[in-house]
Amino acid sequence: MSRIHVAAASAALALLLAGCSRPSGLPTELKSQDQRKPAPNFSLKDADGNAVNLTDYRGKVVLVNFWATWCGPCEAEIPWFIEFEKKYKDQGFAVLGVSMDDDGWKSVRPYIASHKINYRIMIGSELVSEQFGQIDSLPTSFVLDRAGRIASNHVGLVDKVDYQNEIVKLLEDPKSTSVGDAGNAGTGLRAGLTGTGVRAGQRP
Amino acid sequence: MAKPGTAVESTLPLDLRPGYHVNSNSPSDEYLIPLRLSWDPGPLEATGFAFPQPRLEKYSFSEKPLSVFTGDFQVVTHFKVPAKAAPGPTTLTGKLRYQACNDRMCLPPKTLDVSLQVEIVK
Repeated sequence: MSRIHVAAASAALALLLAGCSRPSGLPTELKSQDQRKPAPNFSLKDADGNAVNLTDYRGKVVLVNFWATWCGPCEAEIPWFIEFEKKYKDQGFAVLGVSMDDDGWKSVRPYIASHKINYRIMIGSELVSEQFGQIDSLPTSFVLDRAGRIASNHVGLVDKVDYQNEIVKLLEDPKSTSVGDAGNAGTGLRAGLTGTGVRAGQRP
Repeated sequence: MAKPGTAVESTLPLDLRPGYHVNSNSPSDEYLIPLRLSWDPGPLEATGFAFPQPRLEKYSFSEKPLSVFTGDFQVVTHFKVPAKAAPGPTTLTGKLRYQACNDRMCLPPKTLDVSLQVEIVK
């Protein structure tokens, strides 16, 4: 049998991993009050078809989690978020899951059922991704204070205790309830890696 | 070069960045996106693919080992050259679909264009 080589076509192959906003997986601290910027608003439909506007959550501490069904590290976080939703909901806390699955509810709806997800899930869009600084890696999460400002962001899997500490601090923080400057402005954050993690080409 | 009425094979070499993996062609979870190579209809007919033996790797985010490819590896395509294939140069085009992760995060699924230059000779 003859052997012939495949050459992966040109332009797409130069994709390599670029830098990211900060190394993933490292513990973070909450941003100080004056460093916090308003989270961009979004309006997306949840699994029941109801509109979810982020601004409706003003006054609550919110964890906005960008995820996908094909993302193993995202799956690891889901039980934590289920627990947080149960534990802190009555104190003014909510998790909002924004799925980045290309096929939308086809994959996400059964996943919600099989994983018994108790918080609201929406299907994300390129626009929402861009508004949050281009979500290129999953999971990426933003923890918002009661004023709707981004108090921390995490790219990649972080420890459960980091999330928990941040949520508790924000729930207890009386300073984070001011809503004076919260609005629809962009975050200016660049979250995540860009690139594909793979190179394909003809072996020398 | 390929002769009409014969079988040929091609190799697609792939090189993952250190620390990253892609799901194998038969992932261990229904939600994971498999590595897939496909060829558009052309003068050569793809009759099968040969993937390397996947590695079963345990990652911090998974309770069970995952079926993955890492590092350098090759995907082989077996082609049949039809007896009536017209002589001359030709290009086959196809797609490589994959989804990469490291131990803490995943990158979105991607589809790369691949091409194969073939000279069909009598």
